[in-house]
Amino acid sequence: METVFDISAVVAVVATLMVIAQSRAVHALLYLTVSLLAVAVVFFTLGAPFVAALEVIIYAGAIMVLFVFVIMMLNLGAEAARQERRWLTPADWFGPAILGAILLAEMVWVLASPQSAFPAPAANDPRAVGAALFGPYVLVADLAALVLLAGLVGAYHFGRRSAEAGEGEAP
Amino acid sequence: MSDTARSLVTIFAVLLGALTLAGGFIWVERRLLALFQERWGPNRLGPLGLFQGVADMIKIFMKEDWVPPFADKPVFVLAPMLIMVTTLASLAIIAFAPGLVVADLNIGVLFFLAMSSLGVYSVALAGWASNSKYALLGGMRAVAQMLSYEVFMGLSLMGVVMMAGSFRLTDIVAAQKSLWFCIPQLPGLAVFFIAGVAETHRSPLDLPEAENELVAGYHTEYSGMKFALFLLGEYVGMTVVSAMIVTLFFGGWAGPLLPPVVWFLVKTLFLMCLFIWLRASFPRPRYDQLMLFGWKVLLPVSLLNLAVTGAVLLVRGA
Repeated sequence: METVFDISAVVAVVATLMVIAQSRAVHALLYLTVSLLAVAVVFFTLGAPFVAALEVIIYAGAIMVLFVFVIMMLNLGAEAARQERRWLTPADWFGPAILGAILLAEMVWVLASPQSAFPAPAANDPRAVGAALFGPYVLVADLAALVLLAGLVGAYHFGRRSAEAGEGEAP
Repeated sequence: MSDTARSLVTIFAVLLGALTLAGGFIWVERRLLALFQERWGPNRLGPLGLFQGVADMIKIFMKEDWVPPFADKPVFVLAPMLIMVTTLASLAIIAFAPGLVVADLNIGVLFFLAMSSLGVYSVALAGWASNSKYALLGGMRAVAQMLSYEVFMGLSLMGVVMMAGSFRLTDIVAAQKSLWFCIPQLPGLAVFFIAGVAETHRSPLDLPEAENELVAGYHTEYSGMKFALFLLGEYVGMTVVSAMIVTLFFGGWAGPLLPPVVWFLVKTLFLMCLFIWLRASFPRPRYDQLMLFGWKVLLPVSLLNLAVTGAVLLVRGA
Protein backbone atom coordinates (compact mmCIF):
# COMPACT_ATOMS: atom_id res chain seq x y z
CA MET A 1 0.00 0.00 0.00
CA GLU A 2 2.85 2.39 0.82
CA THR A 3 4.35 2.09 -2.67
CA VAL A 4 0.95 2.80 -4.20
CA PHE A 5 0.68 5.86 -1.97
CA ASP A 6 4.14 7.11 -3.00
CA ILE A 7 3.54 6.60 -6.71
CA SER A 8 0.16 8.30 -6.73
CA ALA A 9 1.46 11.16 -4.60
CA VAL A 10 4.26 11.79 -7.13
CA VAL A 11 1.75 11.57 -9.99
CA ALA A 12 -0.47 14.11 -8.24
CA VAL A 13 2.39 16.59 -7.77
CA VAL A 14 3.74 16.22 -11.32
CA ALA A 15 0.26 16.47 -12.84
CA THR A 16 -0.47 19.61 -10.84
CA LEU A 17 2.77 21.15 -12.07
CA MET A 18 1.75 20.32 -15.63
CA VAL A 19 -1.59 22.09 -15.05
CA ILE A 20 0.27 25.35 -14.55
CA ALA A 21 2.81 24.79 -17.31
CA GLN A 22 0.35 23.89 -20.09
CA SER A 23 -0.58 26.60 -22.55
CA ARG A 24 -3.66 24.85 -23.98
CA ALA A 25 -6.60 25.12 -21.61
CA VAL A 26 -8.05 21.67 -22.27
CA HIS A 27 -4.69 19.95 -21.76
CA ALA A 28 -4.28 21.78 -18.46
CA LEU A 29 -7.75 20.62 -17.40
CA LEU A 30 -6.91 17.04 -18.29
CA TYR A 31 -3.80 17.20 -16.12
CA LEU A 32 -5.92 18.62 -13.31
CA THR A 33 -8.27 15.65 -13.68
CA VAL A 34 -5.31 13.27 -13.50
CA SER A 35 -4.15 15.07 -10.37
CA LEU A 36 -7.60 14.67 -8.78
CA LEU A 37 -7.67 10.97 -9.65
CA ALA A 38 -4.23 10.54 -8.10
CA VAL A 39 -5.47 12.27 -4.94
CA ALA A 40 -8.39 9.84 -4.92
CA VAL A 41 -5.93 6.94 -4.92
CA VAL A 42 -4.07 8.63 -2.06
CA PHE A 43 -7.31 8.80 -0.07
CA PHE A 44 -7.95 5.15 -0.85
CA THR A 45 -4.54 4.07 0.42
CA LEU A 46 -5.07 6.14 3.57
CA GLY A 47 -8.14 4.05 4.38
CA ALA A 48 -10.90 6.36 3.16
CA PRO A 49 -12.46 4.58 0.16
CA PHE A 50 -15.71 6.52 0.51
CA VAL A 51 -13.96 9.88 0.21
CA ALA A 52 -11.93 8.50 -2.70
CA ALA A 53 -15.10 7.51 -4.56
CA LEU A 54 -16.70 10.89 -3.89
CA GLU A 55 -13.55 12.64 -5.07
CA VAL A 56 -13.83 10.84 -8.41
CA ILE A 57 -17.61 11.24 -8.76
CA ILE A 58 -17.84 14.88 -7.73
CA TYR A 59 -14.53 16.52 -8.55
CA ALA A 60 -13.22 14.51 -11.50
CA GLY A 61 -16.58 13.37 -12.82
CA ALA A 62 -18.77 16.44 -12.42
CA ILE A 63 -16.94 19.67 -11.66
CA MET A 64 -14.03 19.13 -14.05
CA VAL A 65 -16.42 18.01 -16.78
CA LEU A 66 -18.24 21.31 -16.34
CA PHE A 67 -14.91 23.10 -16.76
CA VAL A 68 -14.28 21.16 -19.97
CA PHE A 69 -17.81 22.04 -21.07
CA VAL A 70 -17.19 25.76 -20.59
CA ILE A 71 -13.86 25.57 -22.44
CA MET A 72 -15.62 23.74 -25.27
CA MET A 73 -18.26 26.46 -25.48
CA LEU A 74 -15.60 29.19 -25.59
CA ASN A 75 -13.89 27.18 -28.36
CA LEU A 76 -10.47 28.72 -27.83
CA GLY A 77 -8.24 28.17 -30.82
CA ALA A 78 -4.52 28.20 -31.43
CA GLU A 79 -4.51 31.98 -30.92
CA ALA A 80 -5.44 31.58 -27.24
CA ALA A 81 -2.64 29.06 -26.76
CA ARG A 82 -0.13 31.47 -28.32
CA GLN A 83 -1.33 34.28 -26.07
CA GLU A 84 -1.02 32.03 -23.04
CA ARG A 85 2.52 31.15 -24.06
CA ARG A 86 3.37 34.86 -24.30
CA TRP A 87 2.06 35.39 -20.77
CA LEU A 88 3.98 32.46 -19.32
CA THR A 89 7.46 33.96 -19.46
CA PRO A 90 10.28 32.42 -17.40
CA ALA A 91 10.41 35.55 -15.25
CA ASP A 92 6.87 34.86 -14.06
CA TRP A 93 7.96 31.54 -12.62
CA PHE A 94 10.29 33.22 -10.16
CA GLY A 95 7.85 34.29 -7.41
CA PRO A 96 5.68 31.16 -7.35
CA ALA A 97 8.80 28.99 -7.46
CA ILE A 98 10.18 30.62 -4.30
CA LEU A 99 6.85 30.22 -2.48
CA GLY A 100 6.61 26.62 -3.62
CA ALA A 101 10.18 25.92 -2.48
CA ILE A 102 9.39 27.30 0.99
CA LEU A 103 6.35 25.01 1.27
CA LEU A 104 8.37 22.05 0.03
CA ALA A 105 11.11 22.69 2.58
CA GLU A 106 8.50 22.93 5.34
CA MET A 107 6.91 19.67 4.27
CA VAL A 108 10.24 17.86 4.14
CA TRP A 109 11.12 19.22 7.58
CA VAL A 110 7.76 18.11 9.05
CA LEU A 111 8.02 14.68 7.48
CA ALA A 112 11.61 14.25 8.63
CA SER A 113 10.88 15.14 12.26
CA PRO A 114 10.28 11.91 14.20
CA GLN A 115 7.12 12.87 16.17
CA SER A 116 5.01 13.41 13.07
CA ALA A 117 4.43 9.78 12.18
CA PHE A 118 1.24 9.23 10.21
CA PRO A 119 -1.62 7.90 12.28
CA ALA A 120 -2.18 4.29 11.36
CA PRO A 121 -4.72 4.29 8.54
CA ALA A 122 -8.01 2.97 9.86
CA ALA A 123 -10.56 2.05 7.22
CA ASN A 124 -13.56 4.38 7.30
CA ASP A 125 -16.70 2.87 5.86
CA PRO A 126 -19.46 5.00 4.29
CA ARG A 127 -21.67 4.50 7.36
CA ALA A 128 -19.09 6.13 9.64
CA VAL A 129 -18.66 9.07 7.26
CA GLY A 130 -22.42 9.57 7.06
CA ALA A 131 -22.83 9.37 10.82
CA ALA A 132 -20.07 11.94 11.32
CA LEU A 133 -21.55 14.23 8.67
CA PHE A 134 -25.01 14.24 10.24
CA GLY A 135 -23.75 14.01 13.84
CA PRO A 136 -21.02 16.39 14.99
CA TYR A 137 -20.69 18.17 11.63
CA VAL A 138 -24.37 18.71 10.83
CA LEU A 139 -24.03 22.50 11.09
CA VAL A 140 -21.18 22.54 8.55
CA ALA A 141 -23.17 20.31 6.17
CA ASP A 142 -26.16 22.68 6.46
CA LEU A 143 -23.96 25.72 5.84
CA ALA A 144 -22.49 24.09 2.73
CA ALA A 145 -26.03 23.37 1.55
CA LEU A 146 -26.91 27.05 2.04
CA VAL A 147 -23.93 28.13 -0.07
CA LEU A 148 -25.06 25.76 -2.82
CA LEU A 149 -28.60 27.16 -2.54
CA ALA A 150 -27.21 30.67 -3.07
CA GLY A 151 -25.43 29.42 -6.19
CA LEU A 152 -28.65 27.81 -7.41
CA VAL A 153 -30.67 31.00 -6.92
CA GLY A 154 -27.99 33.00 -8.70
CA ALA A 155 -27.91 30.63 -11.65
CA TYR A 156 -31.72 30.75 -11.84
CA HIS A 157 -31.61 34.55 -11.86
CA PHE A 158 -29.14 34.70 -14.75
CA GLY A 159 -31.01 31.98 -16.62
CA ARG A 160 -34.31 33.86 -16.34
CA ARG A 161 -32.89 37.13 -17.64
CA SER A 162 -31.36 35.59 -20.73
CA ALA A 163 -34.57 33.66 -21.42
CA GLU A 164 -36.65 36.84 -21.37
CA ALA A 165 -34.18 38.66 -23.57
CA GLY A 166 -34.34 35.80 -26.10
CA GLU A 167 -36.34 35.92 -29.35
CA GLY A 168 -39.75 35.25 -27.76
CA GLU A 169 -39.23 31.50 -27.73
CA ALA A 170 -40.53 29.71 -24.66
CA PRO A 171 -37.68 28.65 -22.36
CA MET B 1 -4.75 -22.01 -6.59
CA SER B 2 -3.24 -18.94 -4.99
CA ASP B 3 -5.22 -15.73 -4.58
CA THR B 4 -3.30 -13.83 -7.25
CA ALA B 5 -3.70 -16.57 -9.84
CA ARG B 6 -7.37 -16.84 -8.99
CA SER B 7 -8.01 -13.13 -9.43
CA LEU B 8 -5.98 -13.06 -12.66
CA VAL B 9 -8.09 -15.88 -14.07
CA THR B 10 -11.26 -14.07 -12.97
CA ILE B 11 -10.12 -10.83 -14.59
CA PHE B 12 -9.36 -12.47 -17.93
CA ALA B 13 -12.55 -14.52 -17.86
CA VAL B 14 -14.63 -11.40 -17.18
CA LEU B 15 -12.81 -9.36 -19.84
CA LEU B 16 -13.07 -12.07 -22.46
CA GLY B 17 -16.69 -12.80 -21.62
CA ALA B 18 -17.75 -9.17 -21.63
CA LEU B 19 -15.95 -8.29 -24.87
CA THR B 20 -17.31 -11.38 -26.63
CA LEU B 21 -20.79 -10.65 -25.35
CA ALA B 22 -20.56 -7.00 -26.40
CA GLY B 23 -19.12 -7.84 -29.82
CA GLY B 24 -21.55 -10.67 -30.42
CA PHE B 25 -24.41 -8.49 -29.33
CA ILE B 26 -23.93 -6.25 -32.35
CA TRP B 27 -25.16 -9.20 -34.41
CA VAL B 28 -28.06 -9.84 -31.99
CA GLU B 29 -29.04 -6.19 -32.23
CA ARG B 30 -29.05 -6.20 -36.03
CA ARG B 31 -31.07 -9.41 -36.21
CA LEU B 32 -33.54 -8.23 -33.56
CA LEU B 33 -33.95 -4.81 -35.18
CA ALA B 34 -34.58 -6.56 -38.48
CA LEU B 35 -37.20 -8.73 -36.79
CA PHE B 36 -38.94 -5.70 -35.31
CA GLN B 37 -38.87 -3.95 -38.69
CA GLU B 38 -39.99 -7.00 -40.70
CA ARG B 39 -36.85 -7.58 -42.71
CA TRP B 40 -34.08 -10.17 -42.65
CA GLY B 41 -30.97 -8.48 -41.34
CA PRO B 42 -27.52 -10.05 -41.79
CA ASN B 43 -28.24 -13.77 -42.45
CA ARG B 44 -25.77 -14.79 -45.18
CA LEU B 45 -22.40 -15.27 -43.50
CA GLY B 46 -22.17 -18.49 -41.53
CA PRO B 47 -25.07 -20.05 -39.59
CA LEU B 48 -27.81 -17.43 -39.13
CA GLY B 49 -25.32 -14.78 -40.25
CA LEU B 50 -23.26 -15.19 -37.07
CA PHE B 51 -19.97 -14.49 -38.84
CA GLN B 52 -21.13 -11.06 -39.97
CA GLY B 53 -19.55 -9.58 -36.84
CA VAL B 54 -16.22 -11.25 -37.62
CA ALA B 55 -16.30 -9.91 -41.17
CA ASP B 56 -17.10 -6.42 -39.90
CA MET B 57 -14.22 -6.62 -37.43
CA ILE B 58 -11.78 -7.65 -40.17
CA LYS B 59 -13.01 -4.81 -42.34
CA ILE B 60 -12.61 -2.28 -39.54
CA PHE B 61 -9.08 -3.54 -38.74
CA MET B 62 -8.08 -3.05 -42.37
CA LYS B 63 -9.41 0.48 -42.55
CA GLU B 64 -7.10 3.46 -42.54
CA ASP B 65 -6.79 4.90 -39.06
CA TRP B 66 -6.99 8.55 -39.94
CA VAL B 67 -6.35 11.49 -37.64
CA PRO B 68 -7.60 14.72 -39.19
CA PRO B 69 -4.85 17.34 -39.53
CA PHE B 70 -6.99 19.99 -37.78
CA ALA B 71 -7.58 17.80 -34.71
CA ASP B 72 -5.83 18.04 -31.34
CA LYS B 73 -3.88 14.79 -31.78
CA PRO B 74 -3.12 13.58 -28.23
CA VAL B 75 -6.65 14.25 -26.99
CA PHE B 76 -8.14 12.83 -30.19
CA VAL B 77 -6.32 9.55 -29.59
CA LEU B 78 -7.05 9.56 -25.85
CA ALA B 79 -10.84 9.96 -26.14
CA PRO B 80 -11.80 6.53 -27.58
CA MET B 81 -9.51 4.78 -25.10
CA LEU B 82 -11.25 6.46 -22.16
CA ILE B 83 -14.66 5.00 -22.89
CA MET B 84 -13.24 1.47 -23.13
CA VAL B 85 -11.21 1.88 -19.94
CA THR B 86 -14.06 3.27 -17.87
CA THR B 87 -16.68 0.77 -19.02
CA LEU B 88 -14.36 -2.22 -18.67
CA ALA B 89 -13.22 -1.00 -15.23
CA SER B 90 -16.81 -0.93 -14.00
CA LEU B 91 -17.06 -4.62 -14.85
CA ALA B 92 -14.60 -5.23 -12.01
CA ILE B 93 -17.21 -4.75 -9.28
CA ILE B 94 -20.02 -6.78 -10.80
CA ALA B 95 -20.67 -10.03 -8.97
CA PHE B 96 -21.60 -12.64 -11.58
CA ALA B 97 -21.92 -15.50 -9.14
CA PRO B 98 -20.88 -16.24 -5.55
CA GLY B 99 -17.10 -15.86 -5.61
CA LEU B 100 -16.96 -14.79 -9.26
CA VAL B 101 -16.17 -11.12 -8.82
CA VAL B 102 -12.93 -9.30 -9.58
CA ALA B 103 -13.06 -6.76 -6.73
CA ASP B 104 -15.78 -6.99 -4.11
CA LEU B 105 -15.36 -3.36 -3.05
CA ASN B 106 -17.27 -2.00 -0.08
CA ILE B 107 -18.02 1.05 -2.27
CA GLY B 108 -19.10 -0.99 -5.30
CA VAL B 109 -22.11 1.12 -6.28
CA LEU B 110 -20.08 4.30 -5.92
CA PHE B 111 -17.30 2.84 -8.05
CA PHE B 112 -19.80 2.16 -10.83
CA LEU B 113 -21.11 5.73 -10.58
CA ALA B 114 -17.55 7.10 -10.59
CA MET B 115 -16.61 5.16 -13.71
CA SER B 116 -19.76 6.17 -15.54
CA SER B 117 -19.12 9.81 -14.64
CA LEU B 118 -15.55 9.55 -15.96
CA GLY B 119 -16.97 8.11 -19.18
CA VAL B 120 -18.35 11.57 -19.95
CA TYR B 121 -14.80 12.71 -20.69
CA SER B 122 -14.58 10.36 -23.62
CA VAL B 123 -17.46 11.90 -25.55
CA ALA B 124 -16.70 15.43 -24.43
CA LEU B 125 -13.05 15.23 -25.43
CA ALA B 126 -13.83 13.42 -28.68
CA GLY B 127 -16.21 16.23 -29.59
CA TRP B 128 -13.72 18.92 -28.68
CA ALA B 129 -10.57 17.35 -30.12
CA SER B 130 -12.17 16.67 -33.51
CA ASN B 131 -12.32 20.42 -34.03
CA SER B 132 -15.36 20.27 -36.30
CA LYS B 133 -18.76 21.77 -35.67
CA TYR B 134 -20.88 18.63 -35.72
CA ALA B 135 -18.53 16.84 -33.37
CA LEU B 136 -18.46 19.84 -31.05
CA LEU B 137 -22.27 20.09 -30.99
CA GLY B 138 -22.51 16.37 -30.29
CA GLY B 139 -19.92 16.61 -27.53
CA MET B 140 -21.72 19.51 -25.86
CA ARG B 141 -25.04 17.70 -25.98
CA ALA B 142 -23.37 14.61 -24.55
CA VAL B 143 -21.88 16.48 -21.61
CA ALA B 144 -25.16 18.17 -20.68
CA GLN B 145 -27.17 14.97 -21.11
CA MET B 146 -24.80 12.67 -19.26
CA LEU B 147 -24.11 15.11 -16.42
CA SER B 148 -27.83 15.60 -15.82
CA TYR B 149 -28.76 11.92 -16.01
CA GLU B 150 -25.87 10.97 -13.74
CA VAL B 151 -27.63 12.87 -10.96
CA PHE B 152 -30.82 10.81 -11.25
CA MET B 153 -28.83 7.65 -11.76
CA GLY B 154 -27.07 8.13 -8.44
CA LEU B 155 -30.20 9.22 -6.58
CA SER B 156 -32.28 6.32 -7.90
CA LEU B 157 -29.76 3.82 -6.52
CA MET B 158 -29.76 5.25 -3.02
CA GLY B 159 -33.10 3.59 -2.21
CA VAL B 160 -31.56 0.20 -2.94
CA VAL B 161 -28.48 1.08 -0.91
CA MET B 162 -30.66 2.13 2.02
CA MET B 163 -32.66 -1.10 1.91
CA ALA B 164 -29.55 -3.26 1.68
CA GLY B 165 -27.59 -1.11 4.13
CA SER B 166 -24.43 -1.42 2.06
CA PHE B 167 -22.70 -0.22 -1.11
CA ARG B 168 -21.21 -3.68 -1.62
CA LEU B 169 -22.85 -5.53 -4.50
CA THR B 170 -22.68 -8.98 -2.90
CA ASP B 171 -24.46 -7.59 0.18
CA ILE B 172 -27.13 -6.06 -2.06
CA VAL B 173 -27.66 -9.41 -3.78
CA ALA B 174 -27.83 -11.15 -0.39
CA ALA B 175 -30.43 -8.62 0.81
CA GLN B 176 -32.74 -9.66 -2.03
CA LYS B 177 -33.08 -13.24 -0.79
CA SER B 178 -36.75 -12.90 0.11
CA LEU B 179 -37.88 -10.15 -2.27
CA TRP B 180 -36.22 -8.69 -5.34
CA PHE B 181 -35.79 -4.94 -5.07
CA CYS B 182 -37.63 -4.40 -8.35
CA ILE B 183 -40.90 -4.54 -6.40
CA PRO B 184 -40.32 -2.16 -3.45
CA GLN B 185 -37.97 0.01 -5.54
CA LEU B 186 -40.02 0.17 -8.75
CA PRO B 187 -39.64 3.97 -9.16
CA GLY B 188 -35.90 3.61 -8.60
CA LEU B 189 -35.74 0.90 -11.24
CA ALA B 190 -37.63 3.03 -13.76
CA VAL B 191 -35.42 6.06 -13.18
CA PHE B 192 -32.24 3.99 -13.24
CA PHE B 193 -33.20 2.28 -16.48
CA ILE B 194 -33.99 5.55 -18.27
CA ALA B 195 -30.84 7.14 -16.88
CA GLY B 196 -28.88 4.09 -18.00
CA VAL B 197 -30.16 4.51 -21.56
CA ALA B 198 -29.16 8.17 -21.43
CA GLU B 199 -25.74 7.43 -19.91
CA THR B 200 -24.84 4.94 -22.60
CA HIS B 201 -26.47 7.31 -25.13
CA ARG B 202 -28.37 4.49 -26.74
CA SER B 203 -31.21 5.24 -29.09
CA PRO B 204 -33.84 6.75 -28.40
CA LEU B 205 -31.70 8.98 -26.17
CA ASP B 206 -28.76 9.07 -28.58
CA LEU B 207 -28.90 12.82 -29.13
CA PRO B 208 -25.10 13.23 -28.96
CA GLU B 209 -24.83 11.22 -32.18
CA ALA B 210 -28.22 11.99 -33.75
CA GLU B 211 -27.33 11.10 -37.32
CA ASN B 212 -30.05 13.05 -39.07
CA GLU B 213 -29.00 16.36 -37.57
CA LEU B 214 -25.34 15.97 -36.49
CA VAL B 215 -23.91 13.56 -39.12
CA ALA B 216 -22.54 11.24 -36.41
CA GLY B 217 -22.14 13.63 -33.52
CA TYR B 218 -19.01 13.37 -31.42
CA HIS B 219 -17.44 10.56 -33.49
CA THR B 220 -17.96 12.20 -36.89
CA GLU B 221 -14.21 12.46 -37.51
CA TYR B 222 -13.31 9.00 -36.25
CA SER B 223 -12.61 6.01 -38.45
CA GLY B 224 -11.12 2.54 -38.28
CA MET B 225 -10.27 1.10 -34.88
CA LYS B 226 -10.90 4.34 -33.01
CA PHE B 227 -14.47 4.34 -34.24
CA ALA B 228 -14.73 0.66 -33.35
CA LEU B 229 -13.63 1.49 -29.81
CA PHE B 230 -16.50 3.95 -29.45
CA LEU B 231 -18.94 1.38 -30.82
CA LEU B 232 -17.63 -1.41 -28.61
CA GLY B 233 -17.51 0.93 -25.62
CA GLU B 234 -21.19 1.66 -26.13
CA TYR B 235 -22.03 -2.05 -26.16
CA VAL B 236 -19.88 -2.81 -23.13
CA GLY B 237 -21.57 0.13 -21.40
CA MET B 238 -24.95 -1.38 -22.23
CA THR B 239 -23.78 -4.73 -20.83
CA VAL B 240 -22.58 -3.05 -17.63
CA VAL B 241 -25.83 -1.13 -17.12
CA SER B 242 -27.87 -4.30 -17.72
CA ALA B 243 -25.68 -6.25 -15.32
CA MET B 244 -26.06 -3.51 -12.72
CA ILE B 245 -29.86 -3.54 -13.09
CA VAL B 246 -29.83 -7.32 -12.65
CA THR B 247 -27.62 -7.07 -9.56
CA LEU B 248 -29.45 -4.19 -7.92
CA PHE B 249 -33.07 -4.91 -8.78
CA PHE B 250 -33.48 -8.49 -10.04
CA GLY B 251 -31.71 -10.53 -7.40
CA GLY B 252 -28.36 -10.90 -9.18
CA TRP B 253 -27.45 -14.53 -9.68
CA ALA B 254 -30.42 -15.87 -7.71
CA GLY B 255 -32.69 -18.35 -9.48
CA PRO B 256 -33.85 -21.95 -9.28
CA LEU B 257 -32.27 -25.03 -10.95
CA LEU B 258 -29.72 -23.45 -13.29
CA PRO B 259 -26.24 -22.48 -12.02
CA PRO B 260 -25.91 -18.87 -10.77
CA VAL B 261 -23.75 -17.64 -13.67
CA VAL B 262 -26.31 -18.84 -16.19
CA TRP B 263 -29.12 -17.04 -14.37
CA PHE B 264 -27.05 -13.88 -14.29
CA LEU B 265 -26.33 -14.09 -18.03
CA VAL B 266 -29.95 -14.87 -18.90
CA LYS B 267 -31.23 -11.89 -16.95
CA THR B 268 -28.56 -9.59 -18.37
CA LEU B 269 -29.24 -10.70 -21.95
CA PHE B 270 -32.96 -10.17 -21.44
CA LEU B 271 -32.35 -6.60 -20.30
CA MET B 272 -30.00 -5.97 -23.22
CA CYS B 273 -32.72 -7.12 -25.59
CA LEU B 274 -35.01 -4.63 -23.84
CA PHE B 275 -32.55 -1.89 -24.81
CA ILE B 276 -32.93 -2.93 -28.44
CA TRP B 277 -36.69 -3.13 -28.18
CA LEU B 278 -36.66 0.45 -26.88
CA ARG B 279 -34.51 1.49 -29.83
CA ALA B 280 -36.93 -0.09 -32.28
CA SER B 281 -40.04 1.36 -30.62
CA PHE B 282 -39.42 4.96 -29.65
CA PRO B 283 -38.60 8.04 -31.70
CA ARG B 284 -35.80 10.26 -30.52
CA PRO B 285 -37.08 13.13 -28.32
CA ARG B 286 -36.07 16.71 -28.94
CA TYR B 287 -33.08 17.87 -26.94
CA ASP B 288 -34.98 20.30 -24.69
CA GLN B 289 -37.67 17.66 -24.10
CA LEU B 290 -34.98 15.29 -22.90
CA MET B 291 -33.60 17.84 -20.42
CA LEU B 292 -37.07 18.91 -19.22
CA PHE B 293 -38.10 15.29 -18.71
CA GLY B 294 -34.97 14.66 -16.70
CA TRP B 295 -35.17 17.61 -14.36
CA LYS B 296 -38.96 17.91 -14.05
CA VAL B 297 -39.98 14.24 -13.91
CA LEU B 298 -37.05 11.98 -13.06
CA LEU B 299 -35.53 14.23 -10.38
CA PRO B 300 -38.76 14.62 -8.33
CA VAL B 301 -39.56 10.92 -8.75
CA SER B 302 -36.15 9.80 -7.51
CA LEU B 303 -36.20 12.29 -4.61
CA LEU B 304 -39.69 11.13 -3.60
CA ASN B 305 -38.57 7.53 -3.82
CA LEU B 306 -35.62 8.35 -1.60
CA ALA B 307 -37.78 10.12 1.00
CA VAL B 308 -40.49 7.44 1.07
CA THR B 309 -37.93 4.62 1.32
CA GLY B 310 -36.20 6.41 4.17
CA ALA B 311 -39.50 7.01 6.00
CA VAL B 312 -40.62 3.38 5.61
CA LEU B 313 -37.27 2.09 6.82
CA LEU B 314 -37.40 4.45 9.81
CA VAL B 315 -40.91 3.35 10.77
CA ARG B 316 -40.00 -0.31 10.39
CA GLY B 317 -36.81 0.10 12.36
CA ALA B 318 -38.57 1.92 15.22
